[in-house]
Amino acid sequence: MSRFKLKKGRSLGVINTSSLPDIIFILLFFFMVTVTMREVTYKVKINLPEATQIQKLEKKSLVSYIYVGPPENSRLYGTNTRIQLNGQFATLGDIQEFVVTQRQQRSEADRQKITTSLKVNKDTRMGIVTDIKQQLRKAGAFKINYSAHKKAKIKR
Amino acid sequence: MAKRQVPEINAGTMADIAFLLLIFFLVTTTMDVDTGITRMLPPPVQKNENIKVKERNVLKVLVNSHDMLMVNGKRMDINELKNKVVDFMTVHPNNPNYPEVEEKMIKELGKKMLVSKGIVSLKNDRGTSYKMYISVQDALAAAFNEMRNQTSRNLFGMDYHLLVNKQKIKAVNKIIPIRISEAEPENIEAK
Repeated sequence: MSRFKLKKGRSLGVINTSSLPDIIFILLFFFMVTVTMREVTYKVKINLPEATQIQKLEKKSLVSYIYVGPPENSRLYGTNTRIQLNGQFATLGDIQEFVVTQRQQRSEADRQKITTSLKVNKDTRMGIVTDIKQQLRKAGAFKINYSAHKKAKIKR
Repeated sequence: MAKRQVPEINAGTMADIAFLLLIFFLVTTTMDVDTGITRMLPPPVQKNENIKVKERNVLKVLVNSHDMLMVNGKRMDINELKNKVVDFMTVHPNNPNYPEVEEKMIKELGKKMLVSKGIVSLKNDRGTSYKMYISVQDALAAAFNEMRNQTSRNLFGMDYHLLVNKQKIKAVNKIIPIRISEAEPENIEAK
């Protein structure tokens, strides 16, 4: 253990950093495994409502998302509530096609298990949400999830 | 040849590369889990299909465009809704003020249980805010979850969400079915 003996010059030896990359790599792998990639960039502002009785969405690969809210870039797109599918603005008429494409992307066995997650801004009026629900019913996507955050404390 | 030395690779920058990768992943990824209230939509209705339900079996929940709540013709605060639904859906045999009760054979238990025929009918205006709608859905979900917990505790001695046995979960689901009916949207601009 001569390395730890203090030399006359009292110079501190160099710290061995050769294991530092390994530590960082472990951190990196940890993050790679635990997180999922952000699928799309939001074009609409989404401030989710809060609820107490929420469930976790299992199997992210079987979830397709519909975003509803006022456009992020209000100077360019105005402030009216818009629908976003797959990273671009869409209209009500596009929803049925969207459901069909989403279904085709999944394997035959999983098609019945697709959940449609509605990420809707909390100040949106229900009219547009009702319209979307009607479109989803027509397209046969019956399983839906109203996305919501967990309420911090129990109300009352 | 044995004397030939392999030059040592300088691994000092390796950490920097790994750091860059790490930061890249930190920035591009999201940690949050998706949560929400899951519901099944009814299939589209065929024309001329009119299911008749007795008045006493229906709890009418209306939300107007000012986010005000009306339950069976009376104004109500959102905080009271849960208890109202629990009270309505609880089995009250031979009480004409409450929904009808039927005796159903529960296969999983091998015996007959009393099941309420009550339905919660939810109707909202196009101008209702999504926030209010979710609060109402949440209150309804809370009511049904509480009743399932109650039933589960009576039958199996533990809360509903702690049940592991699929048969037991099915049994509770049959005794307390989630019966929320959402009215067909009408195209009348009511003011």
